[in-house]
Amino acid sequence: MSTYSVSDGTAAAAPRAAVTFADLSGSYGVGLAASLVWLAFGLSCLYWPDVGDWSRTGSLGIGAIVIAAFILFGTFSADYLGSAGQALRKRAPWLVAFGAFVTLWEVATAKFAWLPLPFFPPPQSILEVYTDDLPKLLDSVFASIKLQLGGYIIGATVGFITGVSIGWSQKIGYWVHPVLRFIGPLPATAWLPIAFFTFPSSWSASTFLIALATGFPVTVLTWSGVASVSSAYYDVARTLGAKPSFLVLKVAIPAALPHVFVGLFMGLGSSFAVLVVAEMIGVKAGLGWYLQWAQGWAAYANMYAALIVMSLLCSGAITLLFRTRDRLLVWQKGVVKW
Amino acid sequence: MVVQSAAEAITYPAVGAELDIEGVSHAFDIDGAVLPVLDNVNLSIAPGEFVALLGPSGCGKSTLLRLVAGLEKPRTGALREDEARITGPYPSRVVVFQDPTLFPWRTVWDNVALGLEAQGILKTQRHRVDAVIELVGLSSFRNAYPHQLSGGMAQRVALARALVNDPKILVLDEPLGKLDSLTRIAMQSELVALWQRKGFTTLLVTHDVEEALVLANRVIVLSDRPARIKADIAVGRPYPRHRGDPYLAELRKQILGLLGLEATW
Repeated sequence: MSTYSVSDGTAAAAPRAAVTFADLSGSYGVGLAASLVWLAFGLSCLYWPDVGDWSRTGSLGIGAIVIAAFILFGTFSADYLGSAGQALRKRAPWLVAFGAFVTLWEVATAKFAWLPLPFFPPPQSILEVYTDDLPKLLDSVFASIKLQLGGYIIGATVGFITGVSIGWSQKIGYWVHPVLRFIGPLPATAWLPIAFFTFPSSWSASTFLIALATGFPVTVLTWSGVASVSSAYYDVARTLGAKPSFLVLKVAIPAALPHVFVGLFMGLGSSFAVLVVAEMIGVKAGLGWYLQWAQGWAAYANMYAALIVMSLLCSGAITLLFRTRDRLLVWQKGVVKW
Repeated sequence: MVVQSAAEAITYPAVGAELDIEGVSHAFDIDGAVLPVLDNVNLSIAPGEFVALLGPSGCGKSTLLRLVAGLEKPRTGALREDEARITGPYPSRVVVFQDPTLFPWRTVWDNVALGLEAQGILKTQRHRVDAVIELVGLSSFRNAYPHQLSGGMAQRVALARALVNDPKILVLDEPLGKLDSLTRIAMQSELVALWQRKGFTTLLVTHDVEEALVLANRVIVLSDRPARIKADIAVGRPYPRHRGDPYLAELRKQILGLLGLEATW
């Protein structure tokens, strides 16, 4: 960040009224290129006939031109837009690359059909899914979030408490550890057939499986975190008058927190996998089910549309987890930025 | 046993506690073998006295401190604070370890407040935390995290964390051992000033003969493991002491001789 604020300082020092040739090839040039690429994409949608019949080609073209206009405006007024302007300038090379990618995609599918249809739909048919099939897609998104959140919270809570218990108490460890070793490494999806007939509903079965997939890594990492806390911390706290509850809550758990977050991250990854499989096989809702349904109807555009949404959701969940971690672990040096 | 008479009578404030170590022996079990560490140690420390323990590396000095702190129980013998037998850790006897062992997830203020928080009296006693941070000169770092502190500052926070409990016995396990020599000299003077001001009984373990002589009323020289008391030397010099004092130099020579290092003099 600091390097950007330095270049920002030099840009602000230059007279703003006159845009020189050096500016065009430098800080403005990339933004200008991004704008041109998006304009080209928009024009190709509007004035180059498609090989097939897609209803949203015109709207896509107008949308692309609007984006091109925004980029153009943002590029030349970045200095007045504060942090948003700086963010735009920083991402300008990506806007060029992404614009080039969608243009290529458009040309390779809708214009020349180099990629076989219907397996590779053009961008406008994805847009069509988002506009025309929105209610069903949103229902699926909410169903997925509900299922994932419930299972994840249960799994993370149980895993955390189990991990702290076996890390702290040898007696509990004696009984829980063998069970953990036996059940934990089993992929949660292996329980699928059993879970679906033992649980009263496919929803509760899936919640159980997601909780199981989350719980194992959270338990193991919390446990190792608590077990690896230096005994010097306990000595210090005990000489200062700490009782066992203080040692657990104020020493063991904060010291283990970096490990716990690794467990939560790993648990999140494996629970996504279980979520999608559970939705494809048992639950009649959610993005996994939507994918399955789209495949049944050979609606490939719907599949890509659902995949994009799913990717954004999973990435968003991980971002949220990392933000929480950064907030709780400000005392750590050099944490990875997601 | 070498005993020197005190050159002058020193009066102690009433805050410190008396510490009695009576016939204490201790041993560790390592891979089935019994390793004796302390052999019949007898030591009586008056309230407010500053006693330094000197001995070869690994002789069992730190073990003796852990027993005083109540972190371990001796195999035989007893330790008493003001006649009461020591059975476990208690905040009237606070230890400052060689490593500051600050809790990295707590700010300076929260680290210092640890003892009061653990005893459940922080809410009414917050001013004591502020006062002791002021005392060690770290007011502008109260919201800093331990990784932002230098070694000397971290050790000062550890000292403040001990002092906030108003200990009757302050147990110091080579607290200045890892500091650079300039910081160490500065902190030695601060330690003496604090001890004189507060009047707690102090038990200091150190490797550094000069440090022991500059700080302590009495220097106890321990033997190789298992540790026995080899000599109990009173240092009868007023504070602040000067490192170049010929009296201290003579004592230093004597102590190095006891430690088998007379050739280095």
